[in-house]
Amino acid sequence: MAGLRGENVDSTQFFTASRLIIVAGKGGVGKTTAGAALAIAAARSGLSVLLVELEGTTGLSRLLGCEPLGYDPVEVPLDAETTGSLTARMITPDQALLDYLADHGLKRVGRAMVSSGILEIVSTATPGIRDLLVLGKIRQLETERAADLIILDAPAAGHAITFLRSPTGIAEAATSGALHTQATEALAMLGDPSRARVMLVTLPEETPINELVDTAYSLEEDVGVMLGPVVVNGTWPPLPGLDVELERAASEAGVTLSDDEADSLRAAGAYRAERTAMQQSQLERLGDELPLATLNLDFVFTNELETADLSRLADRLLDEIDALDAVLSD
Amino acid sequence: MPTTPPEETTDPADMTRLIDTAEVIICCGSGGVGKTTTAAVIGLAAAGRGRRVAVVTIDPARRLADALGLAEIGSEPARIDGTWPGELSALMLDAKSTFDSLVRRYAANEAQAAGILANPFYRNISGTLSGTQEYMASEKLYELHRSDDFDLVVVDTPPTRNALDFLEAPERLSKFLNHKLYRAVTAPSRGVLKVVNAATGAVLRQVGKVVGSEVIGDALAFFSAFEGMEEGFRQRATAVAELFADPATAFVLVTAPREDSVAEARFFAGRLSDDGIEVRALIVNRMHPPFGEPDPTADDRAADRLSDAPGGEALADYHRARADLRRLARDERSNLSELTAQVGSAAIVHVPSLATDVHDLEGLTRVGRSLLVN
Repeated sequence: MAGLRGENVDSTQFFTASRLIIVAGKGGVGKTTAGAALAIAAARSGLSVLLVELEGTTGLSRLLGCEPLGYDPVEVPLDAETTGSLTARMITPDQALLDYLADHGLKRVGRAMVSSGILEIVSTATPGIRDLLVLGKIRQLETERAADLIILDAPAAGHAITFLRSPTGIAEAATSGALHTQATEALAMLGDPSRARVMLVTLPEETPINELVDTAYSLEEDVGVMLGPVVVNGTWPPLPGLDVELERAASEAGVTLSDDEADSLRAAGAYRAERTAMQQSQLERLGDELPLATLNLDFVFTNELETADLSRLADRLLDEIDALDAVLSD
Repeated sequence: MPTTPPEETTDPADMTRLIDTAEVIICCGSGGVGKTTTAAVIGLAAAGRGRRVAVVTIDPARRLADALGLAEIGSEPARIDGTWPGELSALMLDAKSTFDSLVRRYAANEAQAAGILANPFYRNISGTLSGTQEYMASEKLYELHRSDDFDLVVVDTPPTRNALDFLEAPERLSKFLNHKLYRAVTAPSRGVLKVVNAATGAVLRQVGKVVGSEVIGDALAFFSAFEGMEEGFRQRATAVAELFADPATAFVLVTAPREDSVAEARFFAGRLSDDGIEVRALIVNRMHPPFGEPDPTADDRAADRLSDAPGGEALADYHRARADLRRLARDERSNLSELTAQVGSAAIVHVPSLATDVHDLEGLTRVGRSLLVN
């Protein structure tokens, strides 16, 4: 179904539906991995992609196999057959602020704000000002078309809502001034589905799915941002052989198992089957509770996810996106 | 389902002793590692041993309220009915109402309190300000600890990076209230100070251009209204900091065995140790059973051999299933080794991965049994 990546129009359409994709999800669901896999998949669809991480997230540069991320964009090495390109950078509120003030001829104010400690007071007192500075920088990159697609690895779930609500809060708190303008512009971007959408990441487990559903509704209602398909990370792939009883499986293979070995294999098979069934029922529940399409990524049983694993996940995402389009165009 | 007894777990009596003697237990760790559930499990286990316990949660997890048999968890302690010899109450932190009640307590009179509560700047910082929730969690914890109603207060902290703020929040708020801007606007306007005020005023006008002048106006009004109250806050912050350092307070680090969770836990353990705080217990949730030995190589080879042989495909899947689980178990154990060394003398408990989440008191009790010897 997937065909040659270079000829794949469907995934290109998918990735160009908005110029910014905000990847959000509860901690521990593999949000950063999903964001990186999406970025590589988009680059394989021929786009120039900018992957943005925020302060404090770790491990992305190792995963991507590039040098540690800083404020300036870093080129991420990709497979030779990749037609697009990928750069990555980290955006911090302080640098975003200094950038912003410099752009507006207010460099001196920036220094005064920092040295007098007023920035600290104002940012303590105005919730979301630091979030807005980052979001404002991303809005600027989006408007300037710094890349065909910007992918933002957003803060963890609860904070993603706070993060994305920051312009609303500030537009209300500051009814004039440069910050107000910044907030209004960010709001316009978030409210426009051709500019920004959120892709939520979850695990096929009960609590993460509950939180996902809550986050999805609150993003839609409080922020008014468009939601794209949900990435479901860590689905244990089914092993069809486990449907065959162990005794029969052994006799078909012409193998005689000791009692201990049979007990151990049966227990491992049962554990796996139970886990797979539980995940399937959670996925069904997700489908019932949230009217969004899903992109499923298999659980990676190895510990340290390597660049090669990431590449496989990106391929899997492209397959899932193709399948998605097939469903949608039916 | 047979699971091997978790190795590398310390004497369960250590955990029992902790639950019997601590007055405050602070559960910390990153998001998604089962921290809220662990706090409830500890609370229930302590009530089971005759203690009067309050569990403070920050995360409004509906399932947890259900599990505890509560329609919802409110901001005041609600008693949970049960057959345990002790008492168990639960409450959810409401940062804003805690802050409001602090303002009422320290205000000189009702007019001062009303002025602050109505100030837009205050409404912002008390609602969503990062750090407020953490500060108020520590505040609530202090209040409950001081009350005669409870022997033990168990706190579920916000996810890791903010949970670090938890430690610093009292100090940060008191520093904030003692800020030089505050001093400048409340200081008497004469002599040298008048000069400071003029200079500050010029900077403020500039800043107002950027952030909006009403933000500055509200901030100044807030600081003026707060005059005289900062001392009360400061003393309280000091008392809370002392409670954190008290030997009756135990920090319990909760983690999952996945690499990223362990990295977060190590980061947190390091931060606690920088503050001179010892991790008293390490609870590792969702450990995968190794089904014999944590080494997948024999099963990998068997699966390869069988899938090439006629009729071997089904049995190969059984070996694959076990190889995957052993691989997980091996990696989980290796992830944990450095963390275990880092927390030194802490009690260490491994809680096996359950196929479903814990939903009821029975489930919480079952997990509790893996924490302690009853």
